[in-house]
Amino acid sequence: MTDVLALIVAKYNYWLYVVLMMIGLYAMIAKNNLIKKLVGMNIFQTAIILFYVSIGYKRDATLPIIENVHGGHGSVHAIDYINPLPHVLMLTAIVVSVATFGVAMALAVRIYQRYQTLEEDELRMRLSEK
Amino acid sequence: MLLYGTGEFPDWGDPYSPASVHLSNDYLEKAFDQTQVPNIVTAVLADYRGFDTMFETAVIFTAGLACFLLLRDFREKEERFYRHTATGVILHVKDSQKVLLVEREFEYMDKDWVPSDLIIKTVCRILIPFIQIYGLYVIAHGDFSPGGGFQGGVILGSSLILLAISYNLKTLMRRVKEKILGIYAAIGVLIYVGIAVICMPMGGNFLDYSTLAPLLPSDPHHVRALGMLGVEIGVGIAVTAVMVIIYVNIVSAGRHDEGL
Repeated sequence: MTDVLALIVAKYNYWLYVVLMMIGLYAMIAKNNLIKKLVGMNIFQTAIILFYVSIGYKRDATLPIIENVHGGHGSVHAIDYINPLPHVLMLTAIVVSVATFGVAMALAVRIYQRYQTLEEDELRMRLSEK
Repeated sequence: MLLYGTGEFPDWGDPYSPASVHLSNDYLEKAFDQTQVPNIVTAVLADYRGFDTMFETAVIFTAGLACFLLLRDFREKEERFYRHTATGVILHVKDSQKVLLVEREFEYMDKDWVPSDLIIKTVCRILIPFIQIYGLYVIAHGDFSPGGGFQGGVILGSSLILLAISYNLKTLMRRVKEKILGIYAAIGVLIYVGIAVICMPMGGNFLDYSTLAPLLPSDPHHVRALGMLGVEIGVGIAVTAVMVIIYVNIVSAGRHDEGL
């Protein structure tokens, strides 16, 4: 039991991301309402972003913005700065997630205008009527 | 199963985790010498991964375009509501062909109009210029401190959205025309691509900012930083315009007359 607890404390960032990802996956699969599915998708994306950003963290390190190096070149030690790559990748991911969310919302508005509902079972009923 | 898998993952904050030992150390140690940009995130984003960011801007532009194409509705409303500004009497006009011409006395209004709250309007009116200045600051400081085109663009865009929320959508659309928004979104992408293309006749590769040195009146060492700044400005303009396009199209269901 203490082993498991120690494991959780040492790696709580991964546990957090797994829990969030499963919440998002559950919402995407099980919810009936399209907007709730979209919210689930956003939670899933946020979990991935948290995962990557937490990978980039290093203990006792600071932001990857190099200060006061105009005098002494070659004095930059990678261990003093957190990993910039996950941040760059996640900047991309956030932007793409905003774009996909915008388009998905636009589609949802169109679906509502056409069928007057966003519930999936009702949509299926309307579609089979025609 | 995923939870079981975390047992094999590196510890929280481990400086020798696999993600932090190969390429990222090279970036951290060499990026400043190679690009003269202190903010490594921006250096990687706009220089080493310039292509990625360019097409990301294109993705943003495409998202705005998709929202516009899906939702925009140019038909006129059947019924309109006008309010007499002096007395508050509301006129309900059923025939859309009849447009009231006495603009001074009558105000074209939303269907369910509620008087705007004075406190909210005043606070937003005071806040919005500061938010916009802050957004410009974030865009301009992308290479020397935390900031960048995407973040600054979102702040600028949200200041415009705040205007639409605190007043109403018509106030925003009177100030920022739809055509202007579309043109700005395209200009932003074109600034990025333009800077990238200019590098080619100057004798370098696509997106090789160092070849811009003869064009810019500054220290040749800082040319890469200036190139990145130009690119970030392009990104900022595109993101601002697309944010507003997406918001306006979604809240008014494409009619651009009333909404949240």
